[in-house]
Amino acid sequence: MQVRLSANDLACRRGDRLLFAGLSLELVPGMALHLTGPNGVGKSSLIRILAGLARPWAGEVAREGAVALVDERAALDPDWPLGRALGFWAGIDGADLAGPTERLGLAGLLEVPVRYLSTGQKKRAALARLLGQQAPIWLLDEPLNGLDSAAVAMVEAITAEHCAAGGIAVVASHQAFALPGMARLDLARFSPGMALQ
Amino acid sequence: MSALARLLARDLALLLSARRGGGAVLPVLFFLAVAMLFPFAVGPDARLLARAGGGVVWVAALLAAILPLDRLIEPDLELGMFDQWALRGLAEEAVVMVRVLAHWLSFAPALLLATLPAAALLGLDGQMTQSLLLGLLAGTPGLAALGVMVAAITAGLKGGAALAGLLVIPLAVPILIFGAGSLASGGTSGVALCGAASLLLVAIAPFAGGAAVRAGR
Repeated sequence: MQVRLSANDLACRRGDRLLFAGLSLELVPGMALHLTGPNGVGKSSLIRILAGLARPWAGEVAREGAVALVDERAALDPDWPLGRALGFWAGIDGADLAGPTERLGLAGLLEVPVRYLSTGQKKRAALARLLGQQAPIWLLDEPLNGLDSAAVAMVEAITAEHCAAGGIAVVASHQAFALPGMARLDLARFSPGMALQ
Repeated sequence: MSALARLLARDLALLLSARRGGGAVLPVLFFLAVAMLFPFAVGPDARLLARAGGGVVWVAALLAAILPLDRLIEPDLELGMFDQWALRGLAEEAVVMVRVLAHWLSFAPALLLATLPAAALLGLDGQMTQSLLLGLLAGTPGLAALGVMVAAITAGLKGGAALAGLLVIPLAVPILIFGAGSLASGGTSGVALCGAASLLLVAIAPFAGGAAVRAGR
């Protein structure tokens, strides 16, 4: 099966506002795409549409391959220690998270309840789950929020590895994302900039 | 262990833990408190207590089942759990079905056990306690399904918990009528009808709840 993510003539509407329209993209293995644009331009909405979690107002999305999503919600049970909360997902994904947690600097935090973790630590935990998931298509919504500079470099490195191994990555971020050969898509160019009548 | 078994283990652990689900103890204490207070409220007339006691146990069971309603679905929506499950191919219907089972396991077995002291407090005889237990066994799965379904429908709404309570009560009426009615009429036909109403709710809850979760996304 050829991994692929493509969208044809997408439009997204929120309330009576058209966020973007006429957006098409085609991603093949090894490609990374940086979604940029000001707040409210529809980056998160596009990520959710690409993930199949939201329906576009017009157009269609074609996906070949499993999708992994990291967004602002960590999806980790706040009352459980980090190790147990991650272990739940590791069990479902059939993953061994020892390597990813070590790599993302979480090894010392496994006994700490998730609700005591900082924003950046939770983000790193979500990224550890992402590594364990082994999905060929990565959708990352603001993956750098709350991360320190060392962790930012780490995220850029693991994304580069993922793409080098034939994965697809879509990164929505208003921050710079250093990845060689990364395509850029400025969502503001697809904004009709007017309210629907 | 399959994904659904892991999900059940997680749901049950969370519902039984004191922090999120209120624990298994709280609904049972609530249930016993009602059974204990009722004789004080209506007086010590043994005949009246024996006649009304079964119905009181049923109402207490219903209220105990809807006690954790706002914690059944909403926290997982807020945490983004449903999105992650959907991406892993776990249908909302399956997740809701597992949640119904977890919710039932978290309150019903303890409630059935607590029915014995409650029946003693209300002065119910052996025959009546037996049909009460049978009826609760048939009816509580429906109450659990109803609770999860309504929790899914009202998740994310402002004041959803109050609305959920209002939605549950009328839909629980068939179970209550047949379940409590079987005590007055004797025999098992009431229990069978109660079980039928309960099964119907168990059958529709995954689909209604799953659709509600998807629509709220």
